[in-house]
Amino acid sequence: MATGHEAATSAPNAGEYVLHHLGNLNSSGHPQTSMVDFSIINYDTVFFSSVLGVIGLFLLWRVARVATSGVPGRAQAALEILIEMVGNQAKAIVHNEQSRKFVAPLALTVFVWVFLMNSMDFLPVDLLPFLWQTLTGNPHAYLRVVPTADLNGTLGLSVGVLLLCFFYNIKIKGLGGWIHELFTAPFGNHPLLYLPNFVMQLIEFTAKTVSHGMRLFGNMYAGELLFLLIALMGMAFPSMSPFGGSLLWLGHLVTGTLWALFHIFIVVLQAFIFMMLTLVYLGQAHESH
Amino acid sequence: MEQVFGNVALACGLIIALGAIGACIGISLMGGKYLEASARQPELMNELQVKMFILAGLIDAAFIIGTGIAVWFAISTFLK
Repeated sequence: MATGHEAATSAPNAGEYVLHHLGNLNSSGHPQTSMVDFSIINYDTVFFSSVLGVIGLFLLWRVARVATSGVPGRAQAALEILIEMVGNQAKAIVHNEQSRKFVAPLALTVFVWVFLMNSMDFLPVDLLPFLWQTLTGNPHAYLRVVPTADLNGTLGLSVGVLLLCFFYNIKIKGLGGWIHELFTAPFGNHPLLYLPNFVMQLIEFTAKTVSHGMRLFGNMYAGELLFLLIALMGMAFPSMSPFGGSLLWLGHLVTGTLWALFHIFIVVLQAFIFMMLTLVYLGQAHESH
Repeated sequence: MEQVFGNVALACGLIIALGAIGACIGISLMGGKYLEASARQPELMNELQVKMFILAGLIDAAFIIGTGIAVWFAISTFLK
């Protein structure tokens, strides 16, 4: 791991640049070294996800407050399309009128929130870190702006969905009914099969939750890395270059534009998939085997 | 250390390449079926298109996660 002190001696090379951008602003003050460390809190992920959540809710609230039953404005029309889309998906997947009152708005919130968090990728990769470094006066301050490119953020969301699945399992089937299902599905009701059934259920819940969070994280992380690698080409701009006056910075413009355009698609798609999977998992909690 | 770096480089190449093969085959199968299906029943085209994009996202996910991990290996070892 490149620490700030090593990088201070000279201009950063490619690896140091990328690694520095992958360090979170966390409670320990330097990038996390072990894979799992529950004592560290990533302040940047918490901050940006909260701010974006508030912004998303505020936008929805603003449009909803001035909604009219007459001719809708553009914002209202767009929001109506969005709500109708989410509502239709919820109707097709969750067949419980009562739960849908909570699940459909939840899906809408998840979609808007994840979309906004993913959209932080569209800001230039160096913009906010540079502002933060200028603000704190520390040229090696760490900051990551995409909350969904942090595994803690996405797994937090998917664990939230898992807890809701537990809640609906217990609410719909009753605690006894759910425990009964844990031990008798998917293979059948026989004392010999209780243990295999339970192990299968554990594996199912784990796999669902991990793949739910990892899918979003993987897409955003890979996207962020590619933006960083593309930004490295931009460093070849003649006046600021350790690589000499090559034309690599033209490649930065071309590939950066192309990847940003493609990334718009990925950002929307992944937010949509995250919402759909949330609905599917909550829908599964309503079905008894 | 050079040998380790070399092995990591090869491993990263394999992770990306094998993932890319799988994802490409998956996408091409699905795209082909989608075109066939919409040629047979054009009125279903819009409905199928939404489902196709969802599945494209699901198919791509494993590959992109692999790419992310491979690039992470690369920058934390031999690109460092």
